[in-house]
Amino acid sequence: MSQPALINRYRWYELVGIYAGIFVFLCFILAPFVEGFLVSLKPLGLLFSSPYRFWPENGSFAAYYTMWESVPGFARYIFNSFFISTIVTAIVLVLVIPAAYAFARFNFRGAGVLLGAFLAVNMFSGAVLLIPLFRLMRTFGVLNTYLAMIVPGVAFLIPSAIWLLRTYMMRIPRELDEAAFVDGASHFYTLRRVILPIAMPGITVVAITTFIGAYAQQFIYALTFNSKSEYMPLPVGLFAYFGRQEVVWNELMAASFVGIAPAVVVIFLLQRYLVSGLTAGAVKQ
Amino acid sequence: MSVQRSTVIFAWILLLPAVLYVTVIVAYPLVDTFILSFTDASLKKTTNWVGWTNYDKIFNETFAEVIFRTFIWTFFSVSIKMIIGVFGATMLNAAVPGRALFRLLTMPPWIVPMAIGIFMWGWMYNGQFGMISGVLQNIGLSNGPIAFLAHGSTAFWATIVTDVWIGVPLVTLYMLAAMQAIPQDLYEAAWTDGAGRFYRFRRITLPLLVPSLITMSMLSLIATFNSFDIIWILTQGGPNGETTTMIIDTYRTAIGSKKYGEGAARAVLICIFLSIFCFAYFRVTSRLSQGEHK
Repeated sequence: MSQPALINRYRWYELVGIYAGIFVFLCFILAPFVEGFLVSLKPLGLLFSSPYRFWPENGSFAAYYTMWESVPGFARYIFNSFFISTIVTAIVLVLVIPAAYAFARFNFRGAGVLLGAFLAVNMFSGAVLLIPLFRLMRTFGVLNTYLAMIVPGVAFLIPSAIWLLRTYMMRIPRELDEAAFVDGASHFYTLRRVILPIAMPGITVVAITTFIGAYAQQFIYALTFNSKSEYMPLPVGLFAYFGRQEVVWNELMAASFVGIAPAVVVIFLLQRYLVSGLTAGAVKQ
Repeated sequence: MSVQRSTVIFAWILLLPAVLYVTVIVAYPLVDTFILSFTDASLKKTTNWVGWTNYDKIFNETFAEVIFRTFIWTFFSVSIKMIIGVFGATMLNAAVPGRALFRLLTMPPWIVPMAIGIFMWGWMYNGQFGMISGVLQNIGLSNGPIAFLAHGSTAFWATIVTDVWIGVPLVTLYMLAAMQAIPQDLYEAAWTDGAGRFYRFRRITLPLLVPSLITMSMLSLIATFNSFDIIWILTQGGPNGETTTMIIDTYRTAIGSKKYGEGAARAVLICIFLSIFCFAYFRVTSRLSQGEHK
């Protein structure tokens, strides 16, 4: 093993301090997951016993079996979550790839203002536009369908996707476009045959971050624009369960863990892309 | 047709789908909100123009209190997020074994569906069986169970802590990226001159982080000001309205009571505040970048 540079050598008490700091920090981040997981293992009777015990006695995975019957639509909710996120991601990519290319390559009048306007959309995500959006969805006749959740979801994921992809495309050398142009390729041909293949890694990152955003944020529109349980995504489906008089906590936690498993798998597989994608633009060049 | 012109036309063709989409789904509703805020729109068939009535009503009711509460809530949430985020980034930036794993472990709160993280907090805050109350009793800090979400003051802080928890991963990773972009030779030069670790952090790291800190605070401010899911799932604005922020109040009025007009007036107020934040942000950043060029 190579020795770390002298500047990075720590004294023993510095090392202790750093690990202690990391430990406290990660405790805060991970405590709800640890507690949630332990709760999912505890039998319901023991769950409501005082005094509080951290470790489950007679822990079992029983809740992971019974939840499928207690939350009848559970498999359907997970499917809905995936389905909605997939369609949202596809639409965002179709809209954003050409727009990001235009912002990255062409100097036209109003480009700066338009980009600023796109980014301003981020300001209004949330409940601010709920009333007119509700009326709009009613006018389109899509209330209580998948579209009622997909359409607003797309709009609020466009800005960051444009920003990310534009940053990536600006790094592709301009000479490539010019060479294609000199060879007589049309603009459209250049985009499709020259730029798209090179930009693939960037597009992948944008697709992943958009998908995660769509998967993580399905709440307010799904809660307001859809009341049919067969179209509910996981968070709203579980929310109905959470709001009952007697919450069956161990099953709720078990269901939550099954619901977040896909996201956790994605983190582990794609973490390298994620960190670079999500923090791009953190530092001005 | 000149090459120049065909390029501009092509650029607009590329932009058109995204522009149209955002116009219909964001810009039009925004204008509609302004118009609605001057009407008595509701479930009734007819809608009348009522002028400033909705705004008058807002200020006659307890809304001033709601605005004040929203600002306090946002202020504490954003400040705590930034402090913990910078602390976490500093720790994760240390060149110690295992740091790749530690970085990975900071991500879950932000990657998993927000609502599910909030359910877990809902259990933790439970007075009889939850972890926090349980641990406090076991170590003797509390004599009896504390139902955090049942009392105004504790519910207020409980919702802030959950909001911080969801926001911290992004702040941490962002600040970490900013720290890693600081040229290593600055540290080496200071080190050669005998500057200690803490001195280097205070005189090199912190000043160079200022632009990223401002950007992140701004993004965080907008997200926190608009925060809906956490409060809605944990307390629905209660108890006694003590966790009712502007967004929650808007949702209640517009969707709960179907008073679209009055809800829209509240939404307009939120938009105005958000615009002021953005304006302030651009003023500060432009002043900062001017300072750099001098």
